[in-house]
Amino acid sequence: MSEKVLMKGNEALAEAAIIAGCRHYFGYPITPQTEVAAYMAKRMPKIGGTFLQAESEIAAINMVYGAASTGHRAMTSSSSPGISLKCEGISYLAGADLPALIINVQRGGPGLGGIQPGQSDYFLATRGPGHGDFHVLVFAPSGVQEMADLTLKAFDLAEKYRMPSMILADGTMGQMMEPVVLPEPQESHNDLSWAVTGTNMEREHNIVNSLYLQPQDLEDMNNQRFARYAEIEKKEAMWEEFMMEDAEICVVSYGITARIARNAINEARKQGIKVGMIRPITLWPFPKAPLAAAADKVKHFVCVELNMGQMKEDVELAISCKKPVDLCYRVGGMIPSPTEVLEAIKKAM
Amino acid sequence: MAVVFEKPHALTDAVLHYCPGCPHGIVHRLVAEAIDELGIEGKTIGIAPVGCSVMAYDYFRCDMVEAAHGRAPAVATGIKRCMPDNVVFTYQGDGDLASIGLCETVSTACRGENITIIFINNAIYGMTGGQMAPTSLLGQVTQTSPYGRDPKTQGYPIKICELLSTLDAPAYLERVTVTDVKNVKNAKRAIKKAFQNQIEGKGFSLVEVLSACPTNWGMTPTDALQWVTDKMVPVYPLGCFRDKE
Repeated sequence: MSEKVLMKGNEALAEAAIIAGCRHYFGYPITPQTEVAAYMAKRMPKIGGTFLQAESEIAAINMVYGAASTGHRAMTSSSSPGISLKCEGISYLAGADLPALIINVQRGGPGLGGIQPGQSDYFLATRGPGHGDFHVLVFAPSGVQEMADLTLKAFDLAEKYRMPSMILADGTMGQMMEPVVLPEPQESHNDLSWAVTGTNMEREHNIVNSLYLQPQDLEDMNNQRFARYAEIEKKEAMWEEFMMEDAEICVVSYGITARIARNAINEARKQGIKVGMIRPITLWPFPKAPLAAAADKVKHFVCVELNMGQMKEDVELAISCKKPVDLCYRVGGMIPSPTEVLEAIKKAM
Repeated sequence: MAVVFEKPHALTDAVLHYCPGCPHGIVHRLVAEAIDELGIEGKTIGIAPVGCSVMAYDYFRCDMVEAAHGRAPAVATGIKRCMPDNVVFTYQGDGDLASIGLCETVSTACRGENITIIFINNAIYGMTGGQMAPTSLLGQVTQTSPYGRDPKTQGYPIKICELLSTLDAPAYLERVTVTDVKNVKNAKRAIKKAFQNQIEGKGFSLVEVLSACPTNWGMTPTDALQWVTDKMVPVYPLGCFRDKE
């Protein structure tokens, strides 16, 4: 398994899900994630798994809810407009404390938007995609290797904390090809005693449910869930620091824009500009601690993203607005060039 | 002393929340009797809908899942694909199955998923206080059809068994009612058959039960049952619409 293979991001992710033990995929065609479904359609029947093209995004996420109820690893994949439709089901997954994996290979929005890459579902993903108070774990891969690696991580943490995980990729991550080392399967020791598998007349019935008609019960459930979220925020935030040791300007970016920003930073360094980057790998939990620490050292932050400044708000919150935060953005499927990012860095000097 | 009558094991001891005179209790009992008689409680997974029977998860002793409104057939599909040797059933009302979840209903039937659906048609939304259902009769007065259901603006009652019988896949479609002893016994036979079919791997089985809602129809329980016989049965004829051998 240690040899490098050339794969598309969507396919690496799909194969990684299989390596993670997922044998149940439910989806609906939408660009630019369709390769995930096509890959699963080919692979699943060969390994005794389920590939089911659902009648709708809504049905697909509810099939995932059913499969997840039985303690099996299950997933669906879609792109922005499809994720809007899945929000009902994601809220129910969160409310019933079910683990599952949802892939969002984002395109530009709102509405039907376009089919070119976007990161404009940042708020939707990080604030809780659906009604009610909840979070999902959100991972933002920045390369095909991470498309694979984070898929395993997403399944494992979803099961550990009994909550949905989302891979929030942008269209570029899904479509680009890179050499990748497929990850090794990991043993999982997560407790699945809550699953509905039939009582076998040996235990009380298990109930998977999100309805609590007594207000006190529902408040208690929300508090319990948020206690778990607090633990996750403490333990599970992931990020990468690049050239931050002596940085006076800190770029914050994820996904494809982090790759572009890296080029811009290399160029800026050649010109003597002290700039580095903090790249969030989890968007929820958001890596607040390294940003707060950076705020005491750098003079300026520059957010680079494919939306109108959604993550910028999280950066400002993380640093308690101690330093100015600029935004370098393109939307609608447009992608900034390294030169545009370099200009933004220079402006922040 | 010989026991001649007892509560089915597959029902818990929870007190049902249903209104006086509501036939949900009868149908719950019939489902539980079928589960007992087939000896499948330990491997059955039930799915409760959104609507009056939302809390069915507390009433059946088998493992239970509560689904989003209308999505029970999709949830059942996900469960059955993971647990093909288990028995999976949904218990849904008319708003759930025939309105917001119609797409899931038709598509699940079309795939011929090997599951059992118990469909309660009482021509009204009960849980929310008596609004027009897709199965409300023409002229029926409800909270949202206060002048009577008018086909010009509110369409016609939807006939699920007839609709699904246009599909190739379903194994078994039957409409029954529970207005009297004879019909209750017939409903029991149909419900048990719908479970038996699944055990035998025959595929999608749905039993539509014409039911009453005395509270929201504004009738006594006996008048409500009479209304089922007089008004509903002519629109929704009882009988078997599909039985693949």
